[in-house]
Amino acid sequence: MKHLISPLDLSPDELSDLLDLAQEIYSSPEKYSHCCAGKKLATLFYEPSTRTRLSFEAAMLNLGGSVLGFSSADSSSAAKGESVADTIRVMSFYADICAMRHPKEGAPLVASMHASIPVINAGDGGHNHPTQTLTDLLTIKSLKGHLDGLTVGFCGDLKFGRTVHSLIHAMVRYPNTKFVLISPKELQVPAYIKEETLDPLNIPYEETTNLEEALPKLDILYMTRVQKERFFNEEDYIRLKDTFILDKQKMQLAKEDMLVLHPLPRVNEISTDVDDDPRAVYFKQANFGVYVRMALIMTLLGITVD
Amino acid sequence: MLNIGGIQHGVVMDHIVAGCAMDIYHYLELDKTDATVAIIKNAKSNVMGKKDIIKIEGYTDFDFDILGVIDPNITINIIKDGVIAEKRKLNLPERVTNIIQCKNPRCITSIEQELPHRFKLTDRAHAVYRCEYCEQKFKRN
Repeated sequence: MKHLISPLDLSPDELSDLLDLAQEIYSSPEKYSHCCAGKKLATLFYEPSTRTRLSFEAAMLNLGGSVLGFSSADSSSAAKGESVADTIRVMSFYADICAMRHPKEGAPLVASMHASIPVINAGDGGHNHPTQTLTDLLTIKSLKGHLDGLTVGFCGDLKFGRTVHSLIHAMVRYPNTKFVLISPKELQVPAYIKEETLDPLNIPYEETTNLEEALPKLDILYMTRVQKERFFNEEDYIRLKDTFILDKQKMQLAKEDMLVLHPLPRVNEISTDVDDDPRAVYFKQANFGVYVRMALIMTLLGITVD
Repeated sequence: MLNIGGIQHGVVMDHIVAGCAMDIYHYLELDKTDATVAIIKNAKSNVMGKKDIIKIEGYTDFDFDILGVIDPNITINIIKDGVIAEKRKLNLPERVTNIIQCKNPRCITSIEQELPHRFKLTDRAHAVYRCEYCEQKFKRN
């Protein structure tokens, strides 16, 4: 039984195959429109999410399958105190595959230990969000044509931003990757990522608080929102939330082929006047998210189309 | 000066971080043995300033590797006939269950009490253990 709990659960070869399949589905969606007929996806969402849940549901519907599930803990038996293990044991009878989002870190791993169907981690607190990482990789690969030799800038909340941590771990697998880490001092990338991943692999990186200085060097700019829900102290959130705002003027400093990614939802960190810039690909990115989830569902269910 | 007699057959655990001897007493379940146990707290140490020591008379059959998880710098001396017969090196187990607790309030173990607390060794050189669920680093005292 294969699950996707961490972005690194897929070997580089498996990842490459998955991205190839996603690109193939993107170019010929009608070929795959019935391949999951009769299969059911359970979306077990213990905390609110718009994009991720609907993206999973759209992916399964696009493959001809059907979906069931819940979209908050209040509307599930978790409100009565049922454990994740018991919930997934029962869901294994109702569905063929499940996507789980949970506010507590490690909950999808617990589910995978007790499930008899594949479990996909759709986000567990500030920990992992592997399908966002797959979305990011597919976006970069599709629009840049390659994943190696890129200078990737991360900007905003690099401390609590799980999408940032996951993408760093995924990108270090590709040769000649460089990182520019742009954040206020309070929201820098955690030390363990530098000490246990970047330093041992000799990955070049620089840390800065200046977005304008960093912009001309970047092939990819990955903007992130300062997430209110990750702060225990609201004062800190208010002080830090608008530190970096990418606008049309700053975009003039960037390379002509730089891509701006954002996991969405965007709040203030990207001005709406950037949306029309061809380098702003965050809405395309959300579209790629559906295709990569289609490829993932097919892969975990062992479904192939000739 | 406090004098505690030498032991003939048993174990001396030295270089325990001051204040942690009772934790080790509980981890090794020394309260359940019939052995004679001496706990020396805040002994003078040239290297550590102060340290704890545990002396156990009459029993040597412990799972010492657990101690490496809690404090990899502890030294273990096996005593036979009143002399040090062996200096035991602590091995770091790859995985431990219910030896140490995850203290991350965001971890699933914080709300599902029946889950075993499982940690894996992620950096042998620095004796780093991380929670298998949330990957939070275990912080020693």
